[in-house]
Amino acid sequence: MRTSTGTRLTLRTIALGYLFALLAVPIALILWRTFGDGLGAFIDSVRTPAAISALNLSLLIVAIVVPLNVVFGVATALALVRGSFPGRGLLQAVVDLPFAVSPIVVGVSLIMLWGVDGWFGGLDRLGIRVIFGLPGMVLATIFVTLPFVVREVEPVLHEIGTDQEQAAATLGASSWQTLWRITIPAIRWGLTYGVVLTIARSLGEFGGVIMVSSGFPGVSQTLTLLVHSRYIDDHNVYGAYAAATLLMGLAVLTLLLMTVLDRKRSTT
Amino acid sequence: MITVTGASKSYGDFAALDDVSLEIPAGTLTALLGPSGSGKSTLLRSIAGLERLDAGTVVIGGRDLTAVAPQKRGIGFVFQHYAAFKHMTVRDNVAFGLSIRKRPKAEIARKVDDLLEIVGLDGFQHRYPAQLSGGQRQRMALARALAVDPEVLLLDEPFGALDAKVRADLRQWLRRLHDEVHVTTVLVTHDQEEALDVADRIAVLNKGRIEQVGDPVSLYDSPANDFVMSFLGSVATLNGVLVRPHDIELEREASVELVPQGHATPARVRARVERIVRLGFEVRVDLATDPGERFAVQMTRSQAADLDLRVGETVFARASRGQDPQLVGASAAI
Repeated sequence: MRTSTGTRLTLRTIALGYLFALLAVPIALILWRTFGDGLGAFIDSVRTPAAISALNLSLLIVAIVVPLNVVFGVATALALVRGSFPGRGLLQAVVDLPFAVSPIVVGVSLIMLWGVDGWFGGLDRLGIRVIFGLPGMVLATIFVTLPFVVREVEPVLHEIGTDQEQAAATLGASSWQTLWRITIPAIRWGLTYGVVLTIARSLGEFGGVIMVSSGFPGVSQTLTLLVHSRYIDDHNVYGAYAAATLLMGLAVLTLLLMTVLDRKRSTT
Repeated sequence: MITVTGASKSYGDFAALDDVSLEIPAGTLTALLGPSGSGKSTLLRSIAGLERLDAGTVVIGGRDLTAVAPQKRGIGFVFQHYAAFKHMTVRDNVAFGLSIRKRPKAEIARKVDDLLEIVGLDGFQHRYPAQLSGGQRQRMALARALAVDPEVLLLDEPFGALDAKVRADLRQWLRRLHDEVHVTTVLVTHDQEEALDVADRIAVLNKGRIEQVGDPVSLYDSPANDFVMSFLGSVATLNGVLVRPHDIELEREASVELVPQGHATPARVRARVERIVRLGFEVRVDLATDPGERFAVQMTRSQAADLDLRVGETVFARASRGQDPQLVGASAAI
């Protein structure tokens, strides 16, 4: 389709203006507010015990969620692509549920399930604290990040087909050896993408986590919760900007990692 | 020796194999030849254990392997689309079976180098499959299959994805390799020329059944039925009988001929020359009869020169070698 110069320029201006107003301005504003008083103030603000604890908790949740998502994500993708079992269509639909369901709904349902009066409330009475503890936050984060590994690995599995696995079998490899030596290396790029997306989403998770966290500063606050409580509860606007900048820094790092990997992938 | 007895396999309503029995003598190179959907690949994959038979048995070298997993069958398998391990170098691809068997490193290295030399990939050890041509990839796949010293080598349309020139070269090469290595080999193909060229024995399959088994010459010269006849080489229909195009003689005049008693008069058909095509060393003459039946005749250049045919001329065609209905019926009983 050919468009006139005028139309093309108008379209470009609208698109750029949209991105500028909605992405560039807020981010620039946060950065400006954060570093407006110099780097020292920022460092002080993110080195408080509460901030360090929040960073550690966020990273801990990522460290727990990523391996679990890798194992179950690959298994689910294999089942969806290679398996033929009753309920496969249902599983296919359920995997996408976290995209559709608001994280806060997940938080509420977790409380109903694991809270003191929930179905598995007995655990709480035994002293195993799921809700208002780390397990609850991990569960909420797993729920919202579940589709990433599955949906990144699935198309790669389709693409490679079963030839290589069958060849490995005729050469004497057991199914376990085939999985480790053939299937996993073949899907490694899809898996890497899935992991990067999982990390980014885990760091940013808020709605589900706030429902199931006890929210004590220095104990059970993730970075997103820290931003929230500094702004709303403590009226510490500057602290909120600083914590948000830290969070953004981690996300940018993850995206950079993805870009670097993408470059590497296209050269091998 | 591979013995398949009473093999049946269905996919839903479709019978891929229908009570097939076949013996493949040790040390031979046997081709399973048939059109797509004839069950030839299913038969091969069943021998490999990659398909589970609904009924029937597979015995290799005296061992009943029907219920044995492909890992433990002692087979080598080569796939149409190479099934190269893309993330491994050529060396690691070929070494795969040996490293699974936990052979000593030195032994693996020696064996891999030997095999790569045999398949002509010496010096390609550190390349990745993506850096090889199709023909090279398939030779790598062959080396990989041979590395584990398989009792039988199974090839599923191994040259199907390659272009014509490479195909022809590779099948000559495969034949020479077989003459050196002597491993019992089964090759699936839909290409009759490939089967005739490379195989000691050919089993022709159609609709999940074996139509005929034999050496290439006897299959070509005395096909059991019209299907085998038309699948193994081109045919022309002369007076309702299938004849090879090079077994038709053309004459200017309806010559008088003495017919020995008890023999049918050779059928003569009046036909008009429609086109004369020179295909390198041979000449193809396209003809049409009055009722509009078309057929082609193959002859050598010198025969064509002797006849000196012109387009539009009327000639008489007759089968030069007996391929009348009685004879076809008789050979089917063999």
